[in-house]
Amino acid sequence: MRILASLVVLWVAFPGGFTAHAQEGFDDPVLDARYRALSHEIRCPKCLNETIAESKAPVAAELRREIRRLLAEGASDDEIKTFLSSRYGEFVLYRPRLTPTTFVVWAAPFVLLAVGALVFWRILAARGNQPLDEEPPP
Amino acid sequence: MLRYVAPLAIFLVIGVFFFFGLGRNPNDVPSPLVGKRVPTFSLPSVTDPQDVVSTETLAGHVSLVNVWGTWCVECRHEHAFLLELKRAGVPIYGLNVRDERAAAIDWLDRLGNPYVSSGFDPENKAGIEWGVTGAPETFLIGSDGTILFKHISPLTPRVWQRDFLPLLREHCGPADCPFLAAVGGG
Repeated sequence: MRILASLVVLWVAFPGGFTAHAQEGFDDPVLDARYRALSHEIRCPKCLNETIAESKAPVAAELRREIRRLLAEGASDDEIKTFLSSRYGEFVLYRPRLTPTTFVVWAAPFVLLAVGALVFWRILAARGNQPLDEEPPP
Repeated sequence: MLRYVAPLAIFLVIGVFFFFGLGRNPNDVPSPLVGKRVPTFSLPSVTDPQDVVSTETLAGHVSLVNVWGTWCVECRHEHAFLLELKRAGVPIYGLNVRDERAAAIDWLDRLGNPYVSSGFDPENKAGIEWGVTGAPETFLIGSDGTILFKHISPLTPRVWQRDFLPLLREHCGPADCPFLAAVGGG
């Protein structure tokens, strides 16, 4: 219970999780929100499944710097993602865009769900043909 | 029949994925720059701030671009092989990132300078254009200014034989690459 309480306190104190760059950002709240959102959506290319917001790797700090520069220059979120992915690959986008190459990634869950549903339905159908009462006739 | 074959088939599929997936280096992220033109950049040279290393410097000949820094232990590891390539006549350009000029000059004086020249990029700004994540990284540049290959981690004789030589044989003849015979590609 005590552990749970401390977790709640931590969660209230740091709603966005721990970030490596709490003091970086913009005075303008709109730009700042876009900056936070973007940096939580870009994968650090050097550090195995960490966002550049969480990572302390030099390249993450440099990519955050580039995002701040582009935001200050008035670039759109999409332009910034294009800037980063054209240099570091689609890999850096935690939400890959729908392109012919990433189509498999997007379609796979639905295909698997459909396959599962089909298997489920076939099992049900096969059971349905069996009599519920398995007792041999007297 | 299906009840015996299906689990086996699923096991085999998963096994194949693990066999190939687990053997891969997760740091080996393919660069989207391979096949593209050399990015636009311009940097002062490490050894002479008046001198410039830029996109134009790389034009018209086959070369290597090697990302290094004195903070990079693995760079120390590949240094001897870079010197060997230089002796064979391979033009290598350096991209010195996240470094201090004095430390970089000292490194080149002490260990030898394998580079035609090195661009000085303390904040990794040109490095971002090259998609640099760290050091060492080595790019193979074709004479038409296309990036032919990118290697992350030290350049070793084994990597050179396996990845760089076949591309060199494919993309340049004795006229473009007089060093080809000397580096084992003749």
